[in-house]
Amino acid sequence: MTLLGKLDWSAIPFNQPIIMGATAFMALVVVAILGFITMKGAWLYLWREWLTSVDHKRIGVMYCILALVMLLRGFSDAIMMRAQQAVAAGGAQGYLPPEHFDQIFSAHGTIMIFFMAMPFVVGLMNFVVPLQLGIRDVAFPTLNSVSFWLTASGALLINLSLAVGEFSKAGWWGYPPLSELQYSPGVGVDYYLWSLQISGLGTLLAGINFVTTILKMRAPGMSYMRMPVFCWTSLATNLLIVAAFPVLTAVLAMLLLDRYLGFHFFTNEAGGNQMLYANLFWVWGHPEVYILVLPAFGVFSEVIATFSGKPLFGYRSMVAATMAICVLSFLVWLHHFFTMGASANVNGFFGIMSMIIALPTGVKIYNWLFTMYGGRVRFTVPMLWSLGFMVTFVIGGMTGVLHAVPPADYQLHNSVFLIAHFHNVIIGGTVFGAMAGYSYWFPKAFGFKLDERWGKASFWCWLIGFYLAFMPLYLVGLMGMTRRMQHYDNLAWQPWLVVAMVGAVVILCGIICQIVQLVVSIRARDKLRVTADPWNGRTLEWATASPPPAWNFAFAPNVSGTDAFWTSKRREQAKQDKPGPARAYKPIEMPKNSATGFVSAFFAVVIGFAMIWHIWWMAALGLLGAFVTLLAFAFRKHTEFEVPAEQIARFERAQQAGAPA
Amino acid sequence: MNIALTVDSVQQEALPSASEAGPAPKRIVVAYGFWIFLLSDIVMFAALFASYAVLVHATAGGPTGAQLFNQTTVAIETACLLVSSYTCGLMSLAVNSRNRLGTYLGALITFGLGAAFLTLEVREFADMIAHGATPQRSAFLSAFFTLVGCHGLHVTLGLIWLVVMMVQVAVMGFVANVQHRLLCFSLFWHALDIVWVGVFTVVYLMGVSL
Repeated sequence: MTLLGKLDWSAIPFNQPIIMGATAFMALVVVAILGFITMKGAWLYLWREWLTSVDHKRIGVMYCILALVMLLRGFSDAIMMRAQQAVAAGGAQGYLPPEHFDQIFSAHGTIMIFFMAMPFVVGLMNFVVPLQLGIRDVAFPTLNSVSFWLTASGALLINLSLAVGEFSKAGWWGYPPLSELQYSPGVGVDYYLWSLQISGLGTLLAGINFVTTILKMRAPGMSYMRMPVFCWTSLATNLLIVAAFPVLTAVLAMLLLDRYLGFHFFTNEAGGNQMLYANLFWVWGHPEVYILVLPAFGVFSEVIATFSGKPLFGYRSMVAATMAICVLSFLVWLHHFFTMGASANVNGFFGIMSMIIALPTGVKIYNWLFTMYGGRVRFTVPMLWSLGFMVTFVIGGMTGVLHAVPPADYQLHNSVFLIAHFHNVIIGGTVFGAMAGYSYWFPKAFGFKLDERWGKASFWCWLIGFYLAFMPLYLVGLMGMTRRMQHYDNLAWQPWLVVAMVGAVVILCGIICQIVQLVVSIRARDKLRVTADPWNGRTLEWATASPPPAWNFAFAPNVSGTDAFWTSKRREQAKQDKPGPARAYKPIEMPKNSATGFVSAFFAVVIGFAMIWHIWWMAALGLLGAFVTLLAFAFRKHTEFEVPAEQIARFERAQQAGAPA
Repeated sequence: MNIALTVDSVQQEALPSASEAGPAPKRIVVAYGFWIFLLSDIVMFAALFASYAVLVHATAGGPTGAQLFNQTTVAIETACLLVSSYTCGLMSLAVNSRNRLGTYLGALITFGLGAAFLTLEVREFADMIAHGATPQRSAFLSAFFTLVGCHGLHVTLGLIWLVVMMVQVAVMGFVANVQHRLLCFSLFWHALDIVWVGVFTVVYLMGVSL
């Protein structure tokens, strides 16, 4: 079988009913979706309008769809773990054998961070940032498509590991020496490494794209201090991506060299140093948590200002706090391993820095509270998520400060108290932020609102479920339970873990409510139809139609202050709604669709799969294919096409006619 | 490329408040984005440098840098790369004045010097491996081969890129896209020089004195 490297029929776990059941279920879903598309005859439409699209709005929507699908995958891992821990106490062993349980917690972490939270925030930025900046697209539209498809390739590979081979058992951070060949000889760690390398490259390219877009492509008049706060937090996030992701690429490459070519970066022998991995990993890993949460802070800033009917309180301090977090996030990485045994002074420094980073976050919380103070607060679904966030995140932040005290951390390290803490900030921060953004911008993306009742039901299930699932973990953590236990003997923990299981089920109800909400809203879309500005918004994305045309704005908006759209609405009211003189529409140059992203992602999957299974000829073929794709792109003659002025005028007229007075 | 020329080509009346001027011209956007990419690449090299610094003494009883490095070869390599940066600059000037012959000539010399650098580096590596100083021997050698090899890989990709660019000049002429890419190439090539100055100092000069 040398032709197929390490791959043979034994790679498919036929003897494991749970895995085969999950695989069969996934295969059924995929076949059903493909069948549905074929039945509707939508392949050509899909290819032309979505798969090869370089429109930032379409790409943003695809990112969010990927994230929601991966949320389902990551959540099924979560509920399996909770179920296992609820029953596997004392003499009972539960239903998951240890080697399967290990794969599940590794996959859960990897998927939730890289393929759920990351795509969701990148998707929201993709959709919103160019609209808020008042421009037609990002700086490099085709590169944007490549970024998305590389992320999707990583997600595909990681899901393939379920059916073909196995996934890593070394946790989502893959610490050596456990992740070295000696202790993890299977393909699991290789799946982990290659899917992260491929999607990491996509994320890095997205970061470069957005830094350039935000710094070089704003509408006329939009100086830095007039940018919406979401653009500021996106800028900070993308700066962090550019500065942090290369380190992840480097450290994973070193582990790959160890595993494939027998290098000795992190091995036990020949001078390898495992703590080097831990340091480099967290030099990326700590900025990563801010990469995830800063866009959420941006969403809350937009949502709270809009639904309080007031400008954001302390805009400048919000910007300063965002950029302070951006810098400080690089100075705290060592708090992930105080127990490494660095000197008291080193631990002291990183402990103090970790506490200091709570200050700008506190500034933000007060700014949001003062924005609401004296405003007419509308309790819509996005606003509920924001309020839930403020309460939950403050609790998570406080337990974080507790972790920043090195002596306390020596006790809490590796316990489920830590698990409770970071779920408290990631769910309470990033996930709530993503959900707030999803319900806030959904009408902009599709032209109709999401059903409020199901949205509220979903929010309450998530909120209550979250507290039920994670508050008990704080307790059993303090009682001494370490993380990643497939089985435990202390029966005093069990009641709390049963409560946590119930919490997970309540969250499941929240997810079901969201699915129902989506279905109900799509069916009732004619009743939920909205105009350009359904929420009485403040920023430029609400100035254009819902959904916006491909060119976003017929004329580049002129910006004269913060809350650009709000100001222009006020000005028009003052002029007693007299429309300005009609302007002649001009044709607009738009980037042409390109299959480059999709095709290069195909070859990325080929390369990744071939490398995982040591099929060298196939990897070489994949590399060649990727190179040819690049050449084909480089030698394209026509990169742009012209939208005729007539088409733009027709669209704008239809918008004005359709808009209720 | 020539900085004075860049400023000239921007309309002066757009300058009063640079941050309010609206979207920048394509050429500026492309070069700016590429700068950001180069910064990210340098961050990656920083991680490799840091690993090298951590592992430099982890020789596991094997050869040290002082025993392995040949200063003469490295000096020639450095000279090749630095001069190639100069000829790359000459090529950029030729591109600015739409001078095909000058562009080809500049590219040819740049390519030759880059290839000479690579040949010397590969010979150095082969020599070390022949003497048992393989990357599998010790953590120090793993870090050495990765850091220096990663730079070498960048130079290799640069050479391939240069060839593709010359084909583009021949086939498509000096159209805007090709000019932007040549600008990015020259940025890339100079950045590799900066990284090499780091490699030369940290690995070779400090390696011999250790």
